[in-house]
Amino acid sequence: MTRRDLLAYLPGATLLLFLTPVAAGLIGTWLPAFGYFPTLGGHSFTLEPWVMLFDHPGLRESLRLTLVSGLLATVISFSLTVFFLAACHGGRITLAIRGLMAPLLAVPHAAMALGLAFLIAPSGWLVRLVSPWATGWDLPPDVATVQDPNALALTLGLVMKELPFLLLMTLAALEHSRAEERLAIARSLGYGPVMAWLKTVLPAVYRRIRLPVYAVLAYSLSVVDMALILAPLSPPPLAVQVLRWFNDPDLTMRFVAAAGAVLQLLLVVGAIALWRLGEILVARLGRLWIAGGRRGGKGRVLRAATTALVQLLVAMAAAGLLAMALWSVTRRWRYPDALPSVFSTDIWARQGHDLLWITGTTLISGLAAAFIAVALVLGCLENEKRRGLTISTRALWLLYVPLLVPQVAFLFGSQVLSIQIGIDGTWVALVWSHLLFVLPYVFLSLADHYRALDERYSRTALCLGASPNRVFWRVKLPMLLRPVLFAAAVGFAVSVTQYLPTLFAGAGRFVTLTTEAVSLSAGGDRRVMGVFAFLQAALPLIAFAAALALPRRLARTRILREQRA
Amino acid sequence: MRRRIALLPLLAAALATSLGLAGKDAAAAEQRPWAEIADAANGQTVYWNAWGGDERINAYIAWVGERVWDDYGVMLRHVKLADTADAVSRVLAERAAGKTADGSIDLIWINGENFATMKDNALLYGPFTEALPNFQLVDFEDKPSTLVDFTVPTEGLEAPWGMAKLNFIYDSARVAETPGSIPALLDWARANPGRFTYPTPPDFLGSTFLKQVLIELAPDPAFLQQAVVDDSQVEQVARPLWEFLDALHPHLWRGGETFPASGPAQRQLLDDGEVDITLSFYPSEASSAIANGLLPETARTFVLDRGTIGNTHFVAIPFNASAAEGALVVANFLMSAEAQAEKQNPEVWGDDTVLAMAKLDPAERKRFEDLPAGVATLAPEDLGPTLLEPHPSWMVRIEAEWQRRYAR
Repeated sequence: MTRRDLLAYLPGATLLLFLTPVAAGLIGTWLPAFGYFPTLGGHSFTLEPWVMLFDHPGLRESLRLTLVSGLLATVISFSLTVFFLAACHGGRITLAIRGLMAPLLAVPHAAMALGLAFLIAPSGWLVRLVSPWATGWDLPPDVATVQDPNALALTLGLVMKELPFLLLMTLAALEHSRAEERLAIARSLGYGPVMAWLKTVLPAVYRRIRLPVYAVLAYSLSVVDMALILAPLSPPPLAVQVLRWFNDPDLTMRFVAAAGAVLQLLLVVGAIALWRLGEILVARLGRLWIAGGRRGGKGRVLRAATTALVQLLVAMAAAGLLAMALWSVTRRWRYPDALPSVFSTDIWARQGHDLLWITGTTLISGLAAAFIAVALVLGCLENEKRRGLTISTRALWLLYVPLLVPQVAFLFGSQVLSIQIGIDGTWVALVWSHLLFVLPYVFLSLADHYRALDERYSRTALCLGASPNRVFWRVKLPMLLRPVLFAAAVGFAVSVTQYLPTLFAGAGRFVTLTTEAVSLSAGGDRRVMGVFAFLQAALPLIAFAAALALPRRLARTRILREQRA
Repeated sequence: MRRRIALLPLLAAALATSLGLAGKDAAAAEQRPWAEIADAANGQTVYWNAWGGDERINAYIAWVGERVWDDYGVMLRHVKLADTADAVSRVLAERAAGKTADGSIDLIWINGENFATMKDNALLYGPFTEALPNFQLVDFEDKPSTLVDFTVPTEGLEAPWGMAKLNFIYDSARVAETPGSIPALLDWARANPGRFTYPTPPDFLGSTFLKQVLIELAPDPAFLQQAVVDDSQVEQVARPLWEFLDALHPHLWRGGETFPASGPAQRQLLDDGEVDITLSFYPSEASSAIANGLLPETARTFVLDRGTIGNTHFVAIPFNASAAEGALVVANFLMSAEAQAEKQNPEVWGDDTVLAMAKLDPAERKRFEDLPAGVATLAPEDLGPTLLEPHPSWMVRIEAEWQRRYAR
């Protein structure tokens, strides 16, 4: 078999590699949901698990929390993205925000949630800064601002994480939507800047960000790690409740958990369908609105408001992370002191041994997953180029499957699969489970750059007698070094963030900074949480910094070498 | 919920019959001589699944890891759990998948309902405690809970590790008089709205608080020592508990709408000034937390006049452990005078020993005599009577009913 043949199988193999666990996982969840799980004595199909599920006293409240936080977070992130870009298109602020969004995107959810929790708690940093001199609160007020009964803290946390993702995806989509031309024409017809953007750019851009929006919706409705830190505990949102059922030592609860996981999936599917319905409705009304021809004003108010909101969110995220870094070098920091009263590096020293081990595990799994994902994606893209194929929208949907299907809806089923083929609790299972989520993101951040590479470079090299493989290694890869490294950094960051996959595929034997940070969040020692949140945020940021710095360094050494030669 | 309870024994029976192979492993007593076990343990890696919510305990476990590495060449890895039930569930999942050897868990920190579940389902290795030399040092006479875990006989399937006793920590700078009983606690909460709460059940401290109320208010607490008979019995015995909680909750932190995740989380609330009282299982926790910079110097301890719940916590080995010998070595080391004295040191953890001082030699006894007392620790004679844990079936019922009533 020649190498070229191998390459031809790569896209299929890649899809198989990461759709099998999802499919097996879904089957392994759906069967028990209807009573079939022979090892637990369930031999016949029954609706009993569903009856038990709907009998559960806290279910309604769990559903309410899930729906409120998930839908609200998506609507807020999406509207803010759209109105901010509409109001600030092409401005200097857009560039600045873009620069800030990449690091925010890299910060894992758990670290962000821990920072936010301390920031907004009644005894948190914001209150400490103004107490008691301004507020008169010698004791913190008894108000639930974290783990509040409406899950608004969780909603805020989700917005802080999803806004950067949507903004960056939309900015990328704008580059392919001929936005400048559209705006120029609309403006020449007298439309205000915001109106012009909303009426001519948004319809074209939305088509390209539809999948990312669905991914945000799916994620927000089924988030576990952030919910464990920010959402109420009794009862918790549905995804957390499902996790609890799966972990219940009473085995009958596994059937209920499976039914709950199916319900979680239906919830996401329903929410996406609802959103799609909304899209159609908005498109109908929007057409009338556009045809109405109102020109709109300069949009100064909108610009000021959205800019302020986005900046506020960025500032809060940064302050939360800063607070966590401060806690990691604190010995005493009591309410209402604005800053720690006693500093100490004891906590770092005491965690020393564990820290090395845990950071090592995080690094190895992250690097392995990122490397494999980049290799697979490059292979698929190269195959596509050589064969003159283009990926269809339908295939793109497949790629998005792990991002759209809630993790709790299939991870338990795939755990059974990994136990049966004997890889559970091994590096293979761990990296594979991370790969499911790393691969789509790596593909998303690399595909456009790869496809946009000017064909003439490789044609020239081919004409000079280089083999396709040589062209790939010597021409394309060096030219694409920056996006490739950037995609690797994205992949690494996504791997660091993974909570549930690490928990399940790792059989509890693999502890990463994320699992550690989340399990410590129940313990209340903010100093230790600070150490892990800080490291957890620092690793992806270092990866991004390296991805930016490395090509420059390599280019310099190459120039030096060529000069010498 | 009721359906769930009724199904459990049926399921356990079905499991036990369908998986005869597992049962055979689980029933075998450990009979090898100690030297042989220690020899086999050398070079093994032991995955110890233990609740990881308290940083001081985690640090102690890390110390244990260093010691067993030095003495026995056993590599100890602490798998930090949010809830011990996770580990029970994992062992069950492994057996469900037919994994009867090379399991992912070698040692579990366990007691009460989790032990009862594992014992009932034949998920435990052993009996093994007789094989451990240090087991002979345990104080069975004065600490009967080292052999009977929440009314369930241990039968050598778990090795005692420490003694816990419910107590309350308060900030003496803010609280002048502490309540001496459960009804007095209600009065205190009424007078100080928003300043008390308890960890959310099924966190073990939260559940223990429920059981404390149950025992103190039940018309006849003797029933609690036996398994639940039927629903009407539960309803009758537990009625005062729910009446008490209904009255208490409006006066709690956050109006009883939400509860802290764990004991340490509530300790943080005490330090932050959000509440005035927290719960603890370790009589010297207050001193230990002061020494570690986690509570103010003014933190103190109180107990209830009619006594508080006390129990023993243990370590057990799953039937499919991949490093059973290593786990035995760790379990034995945990019962050594050295490890027990280190654990009882309030600057380290402050968890009381399971050993009988009379069974130790003078040098070992001196380790305990030399321990610092701790400024916020009550003298043993002031700790009050120890109340026995109810049968695990009560806890299961009470936790489920609590969810039904308050988590909705």
